[in-house]
Amino acid sequence: MSKPIATTRSATGIPTGRLAVWWVIASEIVIFGGLLASYIMHRLGHPEFGDYASHTNTWIGAFNTLVLLSSSLSAVLAHQAAERKDGERAAKLLGLTMLGGLTFAGVKAAEWTMEISSGFTLTTNAFWSFYYTAAGLHALHVIGGVVIMGFVARDAAQGKELQRVELIGNYWHFVDVVWIFLFPLLYIAK
Amino acid sequence: MIEWLVPQASSYAASIDNLITLITVLVGFWFLVAQGVFFYFIFKYRERPGQKAQYITGEKKEEKKWISRPHNAVLVCDIVLIAMAIKVWVEVKQTMPPADAKVNVISQQWAWSFEHPGPDGKLGTEDDIRTGDELHVEVGKTYHFNLVSRDVLHSFSIPVFRLKQDAVPGRIIQGWFKPTKTGSFDIQCAEICGVGHGLMPGRIIIESPAAHAAWVAEQSQKKLASAKAP
Amino acid sequence: MSNAPHEEGWVKKYLWSTDHKIIGFQYLFTGMAMALLGGFFAYAFRMQLGFPGKSVPGYGLVSPNEYNALVTNHGTIMIFWFAMPVLIAAFGNFLIPLMIGCDDMVFPRLNRLSYQIFLLSAVILIASFFVPGGAFGGAWTAYPPLSAKHQYSLTPAGATFWLLAVALEFVAFLMGGINFVTTVMNSRAPGMKWHQIPVVIWMIVVASIVFMASVGPLVAGAVMLLFDQQFGTGFYDPVRGGDPILWQHLFWFFGHPEVYVVLLPAVGIVIDVIAVFARKKVFAYKTVLYTAFATGILSFFVWAHHQFVAGIDPRMANVFTATTVLISVPIAEMIFVTIATLYGGSIRLTTPMLWALAFVAEFLIGGVTGIYLGSSGSDIYFHDTYFVLAHFHYTFVPIAVIGSFAGVTYWFPKMFGKMLDEKLGKLHFWATIIPFNFIFIPLFITGAAGDHRRIHDYSRFPDLARADLQNLRAIATVATVAMLVAQVIFFYNFFKSMKSGKRAGNNPWNANTLEWSAASPPPHGNFEVLPTVYRGPYEYSAPGRESDFWPQDEPPDGETEPAQEAAE
Ligand code: HEA
Ligand code: HEA
Ligand code: CUA
Ligand SMILES: [Cu+2]
Repeated sequence: MSKPIATTRSATGIPTGRLAVWWVIASEIVIFGGLLASYIMHRLGHPEFGDYASHTNTWIGAFNTLVLLSSSLSAVLAHQAAERKDGERAAKLLGLTMLGGLTFAGVKAAEWTMEISSGFTLTTNAFWSFYYTAAGLHALHVIGGVVIMGFVARDAAQGKELQRVELIGNYWHFVDVVWIFLFPLLYIAK
Repeated sequence: MIEWLVPQASSYAASIDNLITLITVLVGFWFLVAQGVFFYFIFKYRERPGQKAQYITGEKKEEKKWISRPHNAVLVCDIVLIAMAIKVWVEVKQTMPPADAKVNVISQQWAWSFEHPGPDGKLGTEDDIRTGDELHVEVGKTYHFNLVSRDVLHSFSIPVFRLKQDAVPGRIIQGWFKPTKTGSFDIQCAEICGVGHGLMPGRIIIESPAAHAAWVAEQSQKKLASAKAP
Repeated sequence: MSNAPHEEGWVKKYLWSTDHKIIGFQYLFTGMAMALLGGFFAYAFRMQLGFPGKSVPGYGLVSPNEYNALVTNHGTIMIFWFAMPVLIAAFGNFLIPLMIGCDDMVFPRLNRLSYQIFLLSAVILIASFFVPGGAFGGAWTAYPPLSAKHQYSLTPAGATFWLLAVALEFVAFLMGGINFVTTVMNSRAPGMKWHQIPVVIWMIVVASIVFMASVGPLVAGAVMLLFDQQFGTGFYDPVRGGDPILWQHLFWFFGHPEVYVVLLPAVGIVIDVIAVFARKKVFAYKTVLYTAFATGILSFFVWAHHQFVAGIDPRMANVFTATTVLISVPIAEMIFVTIATLYGGSIRLTTPMLWALAFVAEFLIGGVTGIYLGSSGSDIYFHDTYFVLAHFHYTFVPIAVIGSFAGVTYWFPKMFGKMLDEKLGKLHFWATIIPFNFIFIPLFITGAAGDHRRIHDYSRFPDLARADLQNLRAIATVATVAMLVAQVIFFYNFFKSMKSGKRAGNNPWNANTLEWSAASPPPHGNFEVLPTVYRGPYEYSAPGRESDFWPQDEPPDGETEPAQEAAE
């Protein structure tokens, strides 16, 4: 299907794809914003959340933070490569980012298995409910991001739709930033 | 205006009704002005052969004043309304005049129960009187109530008092009222609470001091009798 | 619509299309069907209220739990599957590319997907009536704990189906909104400046943004409610450290802006129609936009006026009563501007114009009665009575029913290339408007007399079981039947004219906006030559011109100097 002329116009001067991704991110911010605001309200009303949170593993959380941050770095490098029209290199760097995302998800899975087997499940109490819901929603975004990135990287390797490298990168940074909020809220504030 | 439809039976019912009248006057004025001008324009500027419409942008200062002046006037009305609304709100919901008596109001799917002080006049003692779906109070006394729910949200509503307060499980919500008129009136549950939401009527019975004392005596007799029974 | 060309199958053309116009029609017809379903529910439960305990013709006996399910789904359907899809999605899809002068939405396949998700959500909602336990009956506001625990709601599957349907509908409109906003921002015809965009398009865009910015927390809230229902978490369970009031905040943080999400597009339609049939420039175009922005922004700070007596901190009520009453300022201004546009006009009372004018007259009633509720002191009495109900039907019916009819009768020639029958149109107008007032004026009175909401039978309340109140309820019911029957005229006119109406030509109303320079109906790709814009959309009756309209895409010529100045 060929693109309509509408898609190629740019009255604002901002490419349509970039504009749309910003709107996607804006609407996601309010979703996570609502969840986190609810969590913070509960947390302020329930000092015992601090005790529950002490059962989370800060080291694993910190490791995952590091993984996500470095995967964002390779996404930036991929964007730079795409700017230079070096699709192949962009694809490789995106592959690295995907690897980071998968590592994150894998570590998360192992962490949850440990926690669930020590008896901390979704229904243990309100803290753990928030913990799994917020981190789970975030993890879904990580996995979704990796899948989309796969398609973008495949096209980029053939030099097609290179502008999408930047777009998926922006999205990835957003996922990263959400984690930057989740990490202290769920792991550090004990 | 509401008193035409529902009698006033609490000390603050009149404040609420007066607020409603004030709103009616203020917004009623604007409502009539807006509708009047609107229909007048439709009539006056109906299509006539050979007559072209005027070209008015509405961007000029002397044109804009037709919008900005009403704008400011509405703003003034708003401020009056807000002040009066808050005044009534503070009277009903934010002040607690000293209590002459207390009652507990317990809501659950789909019934009310009420705990009245017994002959000793104190709530939370042995001789408390418990009733289902019927609240007995004495005219002229200030009551504090503790409102709780055992399951879902309900709402404790007594239209003749102009009183409404949701009951929230896990919380004890306090409020007050002072009956000013004897008689028996509806208590409603005004928050949907499941299949039986429409089957959750209650009654408030406002009695003269003598009648109330008699009721208390009768109830505590009954209670003693049933306690003695093996 | 039946004789589709052979090269493109019917399915491909009408069901799997990426053409914005077809997707607009899909939303339009789905919305219409859902409106009839919601209307049928209203018929069933109003019959129970008017004539309690009698078997309802065409439905049967209405039991208490069926009553709750009918009311809940009536409200949900009317807002999420009628008002939103028709006002935003149908008109947005059909009009945006045509009115800004391009060939399609920027993301046509995303557009198709959003309709499909929307359709799925409608199917799930309807399916909820056929699951064990029946459909959800905890009101469209779905307050927990009632909605969160099966032992309270007694609709284990229905509650989850309802929630899922609503959540999917949100997803569909989020995707649609991104498409709308991006399209208007980027794909305007060359020359179209921001203050030359027709008001209706602005309104749809502002509404989409308000929707996107407010729905997020409720999406999160819906996930939490779903977990409470299905996995037994305790987000809203006070016993387990949760808070039932949290849902109310999340719900109304969205729910209140949502009423302006549907209000704004309707106002946009009305202003455009009034300008055309008064042959007048919109009075103070920029002011209209500012009032829309102000309403949109203020709408985020009023939500707790639904919760005055819900057990929130009473001091909070004072803040929210102030913001709520203040929102009357931009909305009053919006209405004053609309009225001022009539001044000095040459008013033609065509069917679309009648609908547009009726919107103003009727919405005013709904608007001013909102003030009784926004004033915290009086809302103690009115909360959850039929006064609230009459208030919001006097806003929602003008918006969703009257506004849609204004839009559909106005753009029908463009949509289907034929004219609607004016006589039938006017008959339908009066046959709808008169009963409408006979439904809800009586309900203001029963509400003021204490009728509370979601009660299937008032006979157990001695103060309410009075004959005078019951008569008012019966009048409202009879009027409901009349209003519904009147819709037969509309549908007859609609389908008859679609087939054998008078040919419309490109611009039957002598209007200025770009869609009227495309063919009727516009072909795939909309315009033969994509238009260029030279002036604003409301240059009616410009001085010094022979004709009383001046299309946006008509190249300027020498003789019209003065008007051109005025256009800037
Ligand atoms: C699209 C629909 C729509 C619209 C536009 C509005 C508009 C308004 N609504 Fe309404 N409302 C609903 C739909 C809508 N509402 C619904 C669905 C509910 C019930 C939900 C439920 O519980 O199920 C509800 C409930 C509701 C409540 C809660 C009642 C309760 O449950 O206790 C309140 C309280 O403040 C309120 C207030 C207002 C106000 C102040 C406006 C304002 O925007 C109105 C502003 C307009 C005007 C004021 C008219 C024009 C102005 C003038 C002519 C100037 C003169 C005016 C003054 C001097 C003030 N509404
Ligand atoms: C858009 C919103 C909308 C609309 C249009 C209506 C329309 C009607 N509503 Fe409803 N209603 C709600 C939103 C709406 N309602 C909500 C949110 C609730 C609260 C639910 C709750 O408490 O949980 C409610 C609740 C509600 C109750 C309260 C029940 C209770 O609390 O016990 C009642 C009672 O009379 C009622 C009656 C009616 C009637 C008689 C109509 C009539 O006007 C119906 C007539 C319908 C038509 C005439 C349809 C016409 C339209 C078309 C034919 C489509 C045309 C299409 C195009 C032009 C594209 N409604
Ligand atoms: Cu209890 Cu409604
Ligand atoms: Cu509101």
